[in-house]
Amino acid sequence: MLLKHTTTKIKERSALTVNPAKTCQPIGAMYAALGIHGCLPHSHGSQGCYAYHRSALTRHYKEPVMAATSAFTEGSSVFGGQANLVQAIDNMFTVYKPDVIAVHTTCLSETIGDDIPQIASKAAAGGKVPEGKYVIHANTPSYVGSHVTGFSNMTKAMVDYFAEPGGEKTKTVNIVPGYVEPSDMEEIKRICAAMGIPIIMFPDTSGVLNGPLTGHFKMYPDGGVKIDALKKTGQSMGTLALGNLASSAAGFALDSKCKVPCKVLDLPIGLTGTDMFIDALRTMTGENVPDSLMFERGQMMDIISDMHQYFYGKKVGLVGDPDQLLALTKFLVSLDMVPTHIVTGSPAGKKFEAELREAVKDVPCDVNIKLGGDMYLFHQWVKNDPVDLVIGNTYVKYIAKDEDIPYIRYGFPIYDRIGHSYLPTVGYRGGIMMLEKILNALMDRQDRDATDVNMELVM
Amino acid sequence: MASTANADIADKHLLDGKDPEKIKQEMLRDYPPKIARKRAKQIVINKVDKDQNVPEISSNVRTIPGLIGQRGCCYAGCKGVVLGPTRDIINITHGPIGCGFYSWLTRRNQTDASTSEDGHNFMPYCFSTDMQDKEIIFGGEKKLEQAIQEAYDNFHPKAIAVFATCPVGLIGDDIHAVSRKMKARLGINVFGFSCEGYKGVSQSAGHHIANNGIFKNVIGNDDTVREGEFKLNLLGEYNIGGDAFEIERIFEKCGITLVSTFSGNSSIDDFANAHTADLNLIMCHRSINYVAEMMETKFGLPWIKVNFIGAQATAKSLRKIAQYFEDPKLTEKVEAVIAGEMPEIENALQMIRPRTKGKRAMMFVGGSRAHHYQELFTEMGMETLSAGYEFGHRDDYEGRKVLPDIKVDADSRNIEELEISPDQDRFKPRKSSEELKKLMEDGLAFSEYDGMMTEMKTGSMIIDDLTQHEADKLIESFKPDIFCAGIKEKYAVQKHGIPMKQLHSYDYGGPYAGFVGAINFYKDIERMVNSRIWGFLKAPWEKNPELAANYVFDE
Repeated sequence: MLLKHTTTKIKERSALTVNPAKTCQPIGAMYAALGIHGCLPHSHGSQGCYAYHRSALTRHYKEPVMAATSAFTEGSSVFGGQANLVQAIDNMFTVYKPDVIAVHTTCLSETIGDDIPQIASKAAAGGKVPEGKYVIHANTPSYVGSHVTGFSNMTKAMVDYFAEPGGEKTKTVNIVPGYVEPSDMEEIKRICAAMGIPIIMFPDTSGVLNGPLTGHFKMYPDGGVKIDALKKTGQSMGTLALGNLASSAAGFALDSKCKVPCKVLDLPIGLTGTDMFIDALRTMTGENVPDSLMFERGQMMDIISDMHQYFYGKKVGLVGDPDQLLALTKFLVSLDMVPTHIVTGSPAGKKFEAELREAVKDVPCDVNIKLGGDMYLFHQWVKNDPVDLVIGNTYVKYIAKDEDIPYIRYGFPIYDRIGHSYLPTVGYRGGIMMLEKILNALMDRQDRDATDVNMELVM
Repeated sequence: MASTANADIADKHLLDGKDPEKIKQEMLRDYPPKIARKRAKQIVINKVDKDQNVPEISSNVRTIPGLIGQRGCCYAGCKGVVLGPTRDIINITHGPIGCGFYSWLTRRNQTDASTSEDGHNFMPYCFSTDMQDKEIIFGGEKKLEQAIQEAYDNFHPKAIAVFATCPVGLIGDDIHAVSRKMKARLGINVFGFSCEGYKGVSQSAGHHIANNGIFKNVIGNDDTVREGEFKLNLLGEYNIGGDAFEIERIFEKCGITLVSTFSGNSSIDDFANAHTADLNLIMCHRSINYVAEMMETKFGLPWIKVNFIGAQATAKSLRKIAQYFEDPKLTEKVEAVIAGEMPEIENALQMIRPRTKGKRAMMFVGGSRAHHYQELFTEMGMETLSAGYEFGHRDDYEGRKVLPDIKVDADSRNIEELEISPDQDRFKPRKSSEELKKLMEDGLAFSEYDGMMTEMKTGSMIIDDLTQHEADKLIESFKPDIFCAGIKEKYAVQKHGIPMKQLHSYDYGGPYAGFVGAINFYKDIERMVNSRIWGFLKAPWEKNPELAANYVFDE
């Protein structure tokens, strides 16, 4: 047994987190910043932070993850990190020549109280920021929220620093895609293109964290949202913020700064999630839904009806990030599956919990839900009330193996498989991939457990 | 005049046909002048004179903000590296969630809990106080105390360790006071490590703090003398990919008793008992030499430097052990084991050498791996053009003979040096001074490490705390056949079209230690430097673009 000390006996805990289902803000901010073209993310803290974040993102994407650090020493922790950051800005622009440096803070610099805009203006006044280049920042204290909060804060910073109010409104739609994979961002762009809708998506990590092998290393890959595009987000006709926790802050900031109306949607995961997204695009722009998307929707419907018997009544344990959990739960319910245990480490708030409860209100069993929970509790729930399928990040592998439960890797981080950066799970096509994954997991198990007598050829 | 000029030319050592000094200058050219001056002292063209003297290299100095390097923090060195591989201590990270999360199972330390009576293994678990803003403002001691209680209530471990992260030091939580209180309350060993990430200049500070903590709180707690002959401890071996298992296998074959390993495949019970061994072996000099020094002073067991990376190095290390114990029976056994293992090594080398000979490697990793792995490459007929440590000190580069000359700067001075004196009852010199003298005359070096540079060719580029910029320049200048470093460097190197071997995680392979490990490594490197994929970088139409012009039918 891998997690042999985990028993069915649940004891109330108020102070100890065991096997977390979240990580800290700065990594989300780093990920978001990588979605700006020509951007070098910068961690204002000890060098351990950026080393850990770069390592985690690299293990997840199997791609270069470039970022820098202020490398605090004991001295800077006492006297503040101004000298370190000014020097870092000078070094980064001199040696690595980014278009923009996106500074995020850490628990260390937040506890000290470093004022990043003040330090950045000092650097600029000292001639350390070349003409036409930018330093932006987000406050991302690690002791508040989770990695999703960090993503949200850095995405909002893109609005705060770049979006320009005024000017003629265009027919462009802003899309804040949420804390999703590069493949998902690519798929969202494809859907919008199929509808003939010009968009500005930010951040956009497609083409950054799923890049090609060519024999030439590019410090700044071809992907990412351009600064000019970010500036124009203020003129767009509207914003669709996908995923309330990750995206609404940026969407609402655009609304208040530039009067661009924002609609917050679930992540377009599953049939109804995608329906809502496409319908929102349609109503916002007046564009028709093309036959090609209707065809994909029909294919997804087809699979669900063809294979309904394998979904029906299957109990699922889910652990992951709030926006994904909500959309995924609705998706599973639409398949007549039974989400049974739902855990996120992120403190996602009462509104989120109410929405999640609403999503499972017709599920024919008691559903365990915990916000700010951990995988130890999740595992204990699974032990007490076994499920047919668990969905979660790579750490869920240990639970799935111990309990011998079919398992789908989903969320962050996935350290032990590829695919997530290339194959989307959003949209109808992404939905088809999710259906295939769910079916494979369940049907492989049926095959494995089949006896010599009841093995099925056709399923 | 003419003769001086000639001497200059003769003095120039080319590296792979290129002038390393020129490449160094090219690297420095792109830095701001002040930074270039600092980095110039950390990039050294090696020169080994006839007395084995090497040039001075600036190392264990502050990381330059903004340059993008390899280093991690003090916490990573303490909790991640040294204490992480011990299976039966509950390690609670006191701080926001990230630090605990990122150090959760990511270092591939394997362990075999079936060898402990209680079977405890908490390594697949991550424990954290997940500090919130409330605790940052009002203090986190109460939460820590409660977390220790909950860890005890849920898991009933025999020991709990607490690791401080950056904000803990700033807000002034006294983790040691909380640990003492809980130790008294729970009746188990509870101890803390003040390894805030900002301490020191790299992981290295964390190693030192970890060494001090284990020495103060654990070593010597159990005086039981175990059965067995030729008892020793293996220090600085972390069982990544099963390295320690392979070394254990060899020791067992030789009849050597391993009392404890710091800290691969280890139990806290073994640490408590370590002082009863008769010899300390040091693998990773950087991370663990402090414990060896302190054990020698307090308990009287000497240490020798060994290296089990490389078949020849393994054989040499085994012979050193036999020499130390001065027992013909052991010597005979060791020789028999070496003789038994070598034919397979020779077979493997015969298979792979034609495909590895003459290939060129670079390695930038750790505080000893960049040195140790050169042995394996040499066995394969490969040359190491350039190497350096992430967090090594001058003694790791130039040898311990420079220890008296190392300037202690402010960052190092902040790391506690324990005052150790001989234990009144338990200090027992394992060898008389005459015996030691004789062994030394016969070539067995005690408390000695000659460092990496003395074993590298004159002209090689030694680079401390390599930056991304310098790595890119190295790769562009030399196009090495393989580049070794860690996960953060891996995919950038491979985008250049050069295979990259991780020497922290072994790319999820291994073991690479000992005899079996050497063969694994030969095969992995042979596969990597000959992989077909690098030949497909250009599509056919990129290789022969002129063909496109031949199919013009309209003319």
